[in-house]
Amino acid sequence: MTNVNAKTLYEKIWEAHLVHHEPGQAPLLYVDRHLMHEVTSPQAFEGLKIANRPVRNPSSILATLDHCVPTKDRDKPIADPIARKQVETMMANCATHGLNLYDMENPNNGVIHIVVPEHGFVHPGMVTVCGDSHTATHGAFGALAFGIGTSEVEHVMATQTLPQEKSKSMMVRVDGALSEFCTAKDIALAVIGKIGTAGGNGHVIEFAGEAVQALSMEGRMTLCNMAIEAGARAGMVAPDQKTFDYIEGKEFAPKGADWGTALNYWKSLPSDEGALFDTTVVLQGNDIAPQVSWGTSPEQVAPVTSTVPTPESFGDDNKALACKSALNYMGLAGGTQITDIEIDYAFIGSCTNGRIEDFRAAAKVARGTTVAAGVTAIAVPGSYHVKVQAEEEGLDKIFLDAGWEWREPGCSMCLAMNGDELKEGQRCASTSNRNFEGRQGKGGRTHLVSPAMAAAAAAAGKFVDISANNAS
Amino acid sequence: MEPYKNHNSVAALMNRNNVDTDQIVPKQFLKKVERTGFGAHLFHDWRFNPDGSDDITFELNKPAFKGAKILVTGDNFGCGSSREHAPWAIADYGFNTIISTSFADIFYNNCFKNSILPLIVDGAKLDALMNEIASNEGVSFTVDLENQTVTTPAGNGFSFDIEPFRKHNMINGLDDIGLTLVHEDKISTFESNQKQSMPWLWRNA
Repeated sequence: MTNVNAKTLYEKIWEAHLVHHEPGQAPLLYVDRHLMHEVTSPQAFEGLKIANRPVRNPSSILATLDHCVPTKDRDKPIADPIARKQVETMMANCATHGLNLYDMENPNNGVIHIVVPEHGFVHPGMVTVCGDSHTATHGAFGALAFGIGTSEVEHVMATQTLPQEKSKSMMVRVDGALSEFCTAKDIALAVIGKIGTAGGNGHVIEFAGEAVQALSMEGRMTLCNMAIEAGARAGMVAPDQKTFDYIEGKEFAPKGADWGTALNYWKSLPSDEGALFDTTVVLQGNDIAPQVSWGTSPEQVAPVTSTVPTPESFGDDNKALACKSALNYMGLAGGTQITDIEIDYAFIGSCTNGRIEDFRAAAKVARGTTVAAGVTAIAVPGSYHVKVQAEEEGLDKIFLDAGWEWREPGCSMCLAMNGDELKEGQRCASTSNRNFEGRQGKGGRTHLVSPAMAAAAAAAGKFVDISANNAS
Repeated sequence: MEPYKNHNSVAALMNRNNVDTDQIVPKQFLKKVERTGFGAHLFHDWRFNPDGSDDITFELNKPAFKGAKILVTGDNFGCGSSREHAPWAIADYGFNTIISTSFADIFYNNCFKNSILPLIVDGAKLDALMNEIASNEGVSFTVDLENQTVTTPAGNGFSFDIEPFRKHNMINGLDDIGLTLVHEDKISTFESNQKQSMPWLWRNA
């Protein structure tokens, strides 16, 4: 039976944040939390200064330095003068406006989408923005979190609102259980492989189903993080007991009597029974194998058990052409077994897979192995807290003993702004989120995988079907 | 923001799908703290040879497309990062109109903040426009934002939809922030109500 009053999680948050809507104008949406890093904010601060506008609510902002920061030799000044200026500009802007900045000396420093959840800064039901497309990460908490441009960063600082058209809603349901060798990353890649990088355009995705509910908060963050790679404005998961347990006690969590009031509200947020979605996509958890991207778009992905496709295998001319061009860039022949693709580099880290669970999963595979001859392998924790935790658990030793480098936190080789990059033609098993041409360095070739798959590839020098290996 | 004026300009053809923001402006150029000068880096990795000279095989380097203000391109243009450096580079290079079947959401929003008009057409219309350019490189199209039309010499013109507020802002070069601050009283009222109903949001931050 259809309940006409049934609402989705997205609709509930939308309605609770609508400040004003008059015909002919974009609805004005209130923003609760604003996250910031050094790359997409300097021009916004400059705009405020030119217009002589203050930051409306400095306490709504949490900032970090992550994109340009070196992951080694952190005691020395940043060698690249332009990067150094960008970092110094961020520090000066935050000081001027009294903003909470986790700078490079701060023990809370790390990648913005890693540090924000660590401190409980985003709660269920919040509208959260950041000049960064991977803001979708925070949808894992049942928040509406999305990336914005620098003009919008300035807009939010000045007004605490954004003119926003309401998105369509998409339900992505993953039924059944995942195999023990598959992770949230494999779900994300399988979903993008199915619906394409434009499949979510104009939509907010709610992820649900048994396999999604079974994910830890960290797994949900990985999944929502990559909603943008499917073209969606945001990804979200309904808040549940795991969400509440994760937030409770953290620095910015509601305290005392507020906790109960907040909890009651959060429990009212999940989509109502019978709520309508504009689009629904269903995957079977046990159909998902460990995924490896083979091309230059996250939708160009295949199970590790399969082969690189040929252009002729696509019915669609555009996809065939895209395949041909991607194979050319990637230096791959259609029909190659994925497990025959040899790598030069392995990277574990990023806002997608730079959390403690990711390093635990990778360390479990890396333990007692040796990085293959000719392969460089770097492990880059997403934050100092992740680094310290991993070191307490002895994970750093496992990586170091296996021949990995153990670095300081930052975005690092996910987008290669800080000097960590591939050379022309080098091939990388990467736990990051984008395999675009040149993303990890000009001419670099990126294969997106889960942390365990990256660790296995580093040891073998090529991709490995970890499910077969462990089963034997 | 610069007001958007009607114009008759060369339309350049870039027949590629899923052009991502890492291609539009590669990350090594994102370290600047200014908004200006990004046009020199537009499509850097495709546009230039390793020695810095123009790669003559890259479509936008064709002499016929010099001075183009209109870019006709494939599906899902601007996917990837939220970097506004991408539309800054496009505008600084000289484009003010992009025609495609679809755009990535964040990129699409960013265009309107930078006086770039992103126009969506169906696949058949895009093919017709692409064919017209391919068979007559250097052809000029006319964009009339007030009347919401594009006209072409071969008759492949079309009318387009645009939200009235976006059209108004573009034609008048209006600052979004100023327009929002007209509603300052409503924002303050919203905040007072939220402080009452969800006090925890205001205590810890």
